[in-house]
Amino acid sequence: MDASMSDESANSSVSAFERVQLARHPERPYTIDYIEYLFEDFVELKGDRRFADDPALVCGMALFHGRPVAVIGHQKGRDIKQRRHRNFGMPKPEGYRKALRVMNTAEKFDRAVITFVDTPGAYPGIDAEERGQAEAIAVNLLVMSRLKVPIVVAIIGEGGSGGALGIGVGDKTIMFENAVYSVISPEGCAAILWKDSSKASQSAESLRLTARDLYRLGVVDVVVREPSEGSHTSHQESARLLDESILNALNEVSKIPSAERIAQRYQKLRHMGDGKFL
Amino acid sequence: MSWFRKKNPRIEVVPTDERRVKTEGQFCKCPECDAAIFKRDLEESLQVCPHCSHHFRLDARSRLAMLYDEAEYEELDDEVVSSDPLHFVDTKPYTVRLEQARLSSGLPEAVINGRGRIGGHLAHVAAMDFSFMGGSMGCAVGEKITRLIERATAERGAVITISSSGGARMQEGTLSLMQMAKISAALAVLDEAHLPFISVLTDPTTGGVTASFAMLGDIIIAEPKALIGFAGPRVIEQTIRQKLPKDFQRAEFLLEHGMVDAVVDRREMRAFLIKALNFMVNPAAQVEAQTEAQSSEPQGSLTSDPDRNGHRQSPATDLKIKAQSKAQNQST
Repeated sequence: MDASMSDESANSSVSAFERVQLARHPERPYTIDYIEYLFEDFVELKGDRRFADDPALVCGMALFHGRPVAVIGHQKGRDIKQRRHRNFGMPKPEGYRKALRVMNTAEKFDRAVITFVDTPGAYPGIDAEERGQAEAIAVNLLVMSRLKVPIVVAIIGEGGSGGALGIGVGDKTIMFENAVYSVISPEGCAAILWKDSSKASQSAESLRLTARDLYRLGVVDVVVREPSEGSHTSHQESARLLDESILNALNEVSKIPSAERIAQRYQKLRHMGDGKFL
Repeated sequence: MSWFRKKNPRIEVVPTDERRVKTEGQFCKCPECDAAIFKRDLEESLQVCPHCSHHFRLDARSRLAMLYDEAEYEELDDEVVSSDPLHFVDTKPYTVRLEQARLSSGLPEAVINGRGRIGGHLAHVAAMDFSFMGGSMGCAVGEKITRLIERATAERGAVITISSSGGARMQEGTLSLMQMAKISAALAVLDEAHLPFISVLTDPTTGGVTASFAMLGDIIIAEPKALIGFAGPRVIEQTIRQKLPKDFQRAEFLLEHGMVDAVVDRREMRAFLIKALNFMVNPAAQVEAQTEAQSSEPQGSLTSDPDRNGHRQSPATDLKIKAQSKAQNQST
């Protein structure tokens, strides 16, 4: 069965804001859950060698279908204690710099990179600003656009703006059908444009943040079906569908010679939202 | 009946909103030091208060004029303007907001591209304007800045961006977000060609603009007291539920934390940039970068065969290849 799907087969009866709520569902599988299902011999790598380790962003080495790969992903917490430890999946600069370090290590040893995106956004706080949150994300965008090894990005839950993009530039972008990816949270958007954060369900519709919409806009390459009512209903089945989709994507991009892959990655980014200009 | 009769007609009272003084509109008040400033003086000092050096916001075209030699430059890519890819409607349709922004700012978009010489060096400058929808970055802004960078790469020029932006434009959704990656990818190619990129941060620079090109300069400079950050101060206050210190996220704060190279007064900006360009523009380094790229495998999009990956090349790409072969001929 093909894990990807076209527009027609997607479950269209679910509203955009319902998908936002599904993407944030507390029982939804997180990065570490997928790591357990999809990889063998996972070894976590910690610390950015500059300031600290960031538990909101998990990095490591692992085997994916027997092939050594680097894994990078946002991690939310399941209970209150974990959530605080993981800072609700909101990385600080040290998280992005750790990811950068691991990507450079993958590049050195010619290993592909697989990233899992699931964050409300990069952490907006005093310490994060002091240590250069913006710079940390910006450098990742630049480096990921030129990394010689294949990069597959999987949006598994919330794709929160720059915090998501900071590990979200790659050759193939895969997205679960109930995951969302947006420039701003629907609540934030409603508060600014409608001056009323209760209009979130309207703004969610306007922002075109669902997998279907983003597939149509060319932001996402593959949409992955979720089990019945959403990924939280069966972690195992979700993992199986994601596994299949990542494997297909990785096989496809690994075949391309590195220089050409970088060229294609550039062209893909180059044509984002240029429909009317060229 | 009154005892005295008025011989002269009554003085007519001018309604408050029609009252005019001769100096009306000639002066403005500095929000920092409360001094009354003669507007012509303010213009001459590049919108910097002559008393306390408070930097007023400056429009994009004045920015370009202030930096280029003899204030001469070519304005480019004006045809790139925002469309409405999402058919976005909030309390007003996005198309209506765009039209209003064009009328009120007199600009086609939130960024103006220029090409000319600064201190004799070929320089491509993108100046953002906060008066156009808060300088927000949608697809057109992303496209314009990317074109500017690609053109500079092809023509071997320096790139200077002057940021003034609240971040990515909400009305173009995730496509706005993607402009961050698009511009950063173009900067990576510029970087590989050993061409200079100087980022100038002005008040305010936040969100997606800071988290992409604005923080990627070989040199990053800021105007005094400019608000610069990833998250806006209101968002941070809501998150941590504390009042922020007064000079938090100001240019001087960033300087102290090692995030910018210098805080430069606007009146010294041009001189500073010329000094930096004198250091950074080095044809020898550029030739070296080229031979390096040629000796290894082709490094990316700009030198790859367009037919093989099925994408057509932009005119800028052709230019780059021409420029390269020309440089090759010179170097051999």
